[in-house]
Amino acid sequence: MGGVNVRELTGRNNPLAEGHRMCPGCGAPTALRQAFMGIDDPVVVVGATGCLEVSTTVYPYSSWRVPFMHVAFENAGAAVSGVAAAHKAMGRRGLFRDGIKFVAFGGDGGTYDIGLQSLSGALERGHDFTYICYNNQGYMNTGAQRSGATPRSASSTTSPAGRLIPGKLQRAKNLTEIAAAHDIPYVAQTTLHDPSDLIKKVRRAVETPGPAFVNILVPCALFWKIDPADQVKICRLAADSRFWPIYEVANGERRISYTPKKPVPVEDFLRAQGRYSHLFTDEANRRDLIDQAQADVDAEWEKLTGNAKPQS
Amino acid sequence: MSCAPCWQDILPGTITLGASSRSVETGLWRSVRPILDAGKCVSCLRCWVQCPDSSIQTCDGGTVQGIDMFFCKGCGICAAVCPVGAISIRPESDFLEETGPSGGVNPVKVGELVGQC
Repeated sequence: MGGVNVRELTGRNNPLAEGHRMCPGCGAPTALRQAFMGIDDPVVVVGATGCLEVSTTVYPYSSWRVPFMHVAFENAGAAVSGVAAAHKAMGRRGLFRDGIKFVAFGGDGGTYDIGLQSLSGALERGHDFTYICYNNQGYMNTGAQRSGATPRSASSTTSPAGRLIPGKLQRAKNLTEIAAAHDIPYVAQTTLHDPSDLIKKVRRAVETPGPAFVNILVPCALFWKIDPADQVKICRLAADSRFWPIYEVANGERRISYTPKKPVPVEDFLRAQGRYSHLFTDEANRRDLIDQAQADVDAEWEKLTGNAKPQS
Repeated sequence: MSCAPCWQDILPGTITLGASSRSVETGLWRSVRPILDAGKCVSCLRCWVQCPDSSIQTCDGGTVQGIDMFFCKGCGICAAVCPVGAISIRPESDFLEETGPSGGVNPVKVGELVGQC
């Protein structure tokens, strides 16, 4: 599988164990499982509040085979900084061995919105850690509210499509570029379209000294209103329509890691999901929003490729 | 009046046993069941790498052995990503008389029992 020996990986226990209580077909445990496949060293995991945190630590059970620390929504960045700094200090006194990797994860609510200040601080201070955002584009743990990552026109419980508004009115913020603006050594964006891409990006992120940030788009079957079995299909549509560009920024240099041979219209990606169904039930009237989505994607791609080196 | 316990006396809310969730039978959630046709399977491991619940069982050397019904929640991703059509999806109601991996009743039957209360 594209430079990743999956066969070898099957012999290893994943730090994320079975028996977690994530929904059937959720993208978040898939993303984290694949992420850990890229890490060979011992890891310490810090988790911000969110679906993955509550579902993997239902007291008195834990789904973690590695040291795991839960902190609040807003401070995963601060907590992982502290854990990394403490290990460094204790390592100097010979109390800990070197080579331990520090991974923090959060959903988009805990990363784009509530935890952004502590993440920004941690990136700026330059601790050696990797932050993984599993981005399902909203607050799923509390019932599908909109977040800063929810795209325009998506219907959520706090941006419900109806007579007054056609779903969320604002665009999603571009957190990958916000992280890259900190001038940290490694920033990447991917989804579940290709496991080898995700595994390789996380491997590079943890192997890079200093802070690294990986933003992974994962479907939520309940919010996106898709068949759970369509997880990979929908992620491929996100990549092929350029809705979610697959790229990395290493030492300030942008590189597109996946260029669709023939980009599919964003309309295909939207039509496949129930959260955009209001655009298609009254299609004649909502054509402007579908065109707007395409224009948003084209503008983002233009901006990105203007700054990026083509795929080598 | 007795003193309130000091904070040192309170048991910490720490889970000391890792991966203890492995005793939780999430397979009880299942409404559909993936069936592996070992004759068709080529062990490409696409299902293994994509399964959110780590339910695809492999043996040494990475050959697919089966699907762990104790954990499988029946999302159907394995069947969707299988390039050779070795995994089919069948409703749990086809297996009403089978007992679950932990000796319990079929999840669909559990639903029926709850309805009778």
